[in-house]
Amino acid sequence: MIIIRFRKILYVFSAIILAASIFGILFYGFRLGVDFSGGSILEVEFLENTPELSLVEKNLSNAGFSAFRIQPTGEKGFIIRLGDIGQESRQDLLKALSLSDNPESVLVARRFDSIGPTIGRELRRNAFVSISLVIILILAFVSWAFRHVSKPVAIWKYGVVAILALIHDILVPAGLFAYLGRFYGAEVDALFVTALLTILGFSVHDTIVVFDRIRENLRKAEAEGRIGAADFEQIVGKSLDETYGRSLATSFAIFLVLASLFWYGADATRYFALTLLIGVIAGTYSSICLASPLLVSWQKWSRK
Amino acid sequence: MLKIRLIAIFLLLAGVFLAYFAGANFFRPDWFLGNIGYRLGLDLRGGAHLVYEADVSAINSSEVSESMEGLRDVIERRVNAFGVAEPVVQVQKSGDSNRLIVELAGIFDTDQAIRMIGQTPYLEFKTERSESEREEILKKQEAGEVVLKDPYFIPTELTGRFLKKSILDFDSNTGFPNVLLEFNEEGSKLFGQITKGNVGKVVAIYLDGLPISVPVVQSEITSGNAQITGQFTPQEARDLVRRLNSGALPVPIKLMAQQSVGASLGAESLERGVIAGIYGILAVALFLILRYRLPGLIAVFGLVFYVILVLSVFKVLPVTLTAAGIAGFLLSVGMAVDANILIFERLREEVRWGANLGKAVDTGFQRAWPSIRDSNISTLITSSILYWFGTSIIRGFALTLGVGVLASIFSALVVTKVFVLASGLRHNRFSLTLYGVKREA
Repeated sequence: MIIIRFRKILYVFSAIILAASIFGILFYGFRLGVDFSGGSILEVEFLENTPELSLVEKNLSNAGFSAFRIQPTGEKGFIIRLGDIGQESRQDLLKALSLSDNPESVLVARRFDSIGPTIGRELRRNAFVSISLVIILILAFVSWAFRHVSKPVAIWKYGVVAILALIHDILVPAGLFAYLGRFYGAEVDALFVTALLTILGFSVHDTIVVFDRIRENLRKAEAEGRIGAADFEQIVGKSLDETYGRSLATSFAIFLVLASLFWYGADATRYFALTLLIGVIAGTYSSICLASPLLVSWQKWSRK
Repeated sequence: MLKIRLIAIFLLLAGVFLAYFAGANFFRPDWFLGNIGYRLGLDLRGGAHLVYEADVSAINSSEVSESMEGLRDVIERRVNAFGVAEPVVQVQKSGDSNRLIVELAGIFDTDQAIRMIGQTPYLEFKTERSESEREEILKKQEAGEVVLKDPYFIPTELTGRFLKKSILDFDSNTGFPNVLLEFNEEGSKLFGQITKGNVGKVVAIYLDGLPISVPVVQSEITSGNAQITGQFTPQEARDLVRRLNSGALPVPIKLMAQQSVGASLGAESLERGVIAGIYGILAVALFLILRYRLPGLIAVFGLVFYVILVLSVFKVLPVTLTAAGIAGFLLSVGMAVDANILIFERLREEVRWGANLGKAVDTGFQRAWPSIRDSNISTLITSSILYWFGTSIIRGFALTLGVGVLASIFSALVVTKVFVLASGLRHNRFSLTLYGVKREA
């Protein structure tokens, strides 16, 4: 009940968060990973005597490489991003980095990816196709899930509110990523898109569970013959009270595994875990503090 | 009651068996089923993933798939010569583009692999090494010395370069396919010399570094015609002829993308993924017990059963495990808990509303089912789309997530339910406390 009563404060809070996310996306944009943009990425770790960043930059320039970006990683490592360098220059790159004809004696190459422009274009297209398909199917699922609800709020309004919650859950991690990209060099890659799509699936089910309960309680109230419009607020409040325990418990369990993955897991899935983590928090928040209150506000507003 | 307890015992035994199956490769590789391990992706074991595009513009559209198969066979043979464990060579069609995916576990230096994959077929004729030389080389090799010489054969000057053309022929008596070689003038001379000096001996014919035929020379051949009688199927013989005639790969290829992960990074990713998994699952188990008491403990059993079940499915299918796949599996562990939580919250509610504990168990499971179904449908939608449209990294995630979600429904609805019923607690204050329910007056 308390959430419904203070819904206006929650709206303001959500608006601030959303504004910050949208600001980040519009002004900082995303850094595309090599899988989307095409290009090469090399991660090396020096065995000992790790050179300064400026020295590494100088060595690469001297060897004729241009348009590269170097980022230190860990204590001894660097991640180097370049354009498409083709198959011959990988060894040249290692030689330039190590200033040696036998690079393996100075450093360990941990990872090398080189993605041609065609593949990059194709991966971008696939990302768009899968995002669109997931959205369409989830919309179909939402309308199917609410097919029985009618009074006193029209079925499509549940759908619209669920979708608003969904947009919120996508914007928050996306916005965070814009900031991470700006300040920590985080990149938007296929895994990021995967995380967003997974959040879509998760978020919509979290919202549906609350709406499900509203539906059940509405039916009960209808059977008891007290389905005045004024009761709607109360029924939504009651439904929330009945479901937030489960919602929080579930999210907390998912939070635990994702946090473990973020802290202890492989570097490759670090940002992936973080995106999911933020998405799960946003999804839980929106289904409790945003979706149901919005339903109440809408119903009140349309009665006026 | 007896029936449900028998089922519980059966499930326990099944769980023990699956647990053995899931772990056997670690502690007893020599025992029953211990030889089946997990399949690790290149990002966890280290290795190279190469994507080639084939230029099929010069080929009839009806023959494209056939020549792609031919290309795959050729490259598979070359890759096999690297001595890589379980190399993967796949043909993939993406829109109008014909691709070849090559995965080489344990190889980081892709430069050499790329050179060997892209080379033209190399036909060689080799003659027998003399017995004394052979003994000498073998002795050195046995002593552990590295001798980069084939102890049995000596390469000659005659190679595919001197080939004029190659023809497919079928033996009129046996019906077996033969490959006829016709050399140019210089080749004929060389071949004449080789056959002359080796009557009664073996001349080995090598393709891409591997012997394909080791015929014994009957007499000197000066006509410049040779015949390879290998153990060919007609299709293999046809492919061989085509390749020898084209002098190169059946289709020209171009490298589009490569991804390689060093063995050290792979091992580190694997170790950290496993550690993250263990901590994550322990944390969830602790949380379940603290919050739901006895049912929580049962849910932990359900969870353990679930983890064992999913790991076994990973082995049986088999699912290629990647870093993203581990993430998907862990996420599904979190989601698997959801079904249990839905059930227990319902159960508590029913008891709070005055239901008898025994009946509450039934209705709790019954009423939770629509929510469990609905909440998992959206995740299954997402994971199937990711599987269809994703790259191999994404597929690893989608597959483990999807398998995990399906297994979680089973473990919550069957395993947890059976154990809750089998615990057979009566409706009294003690069991209510165990269930973590405070009955409202």
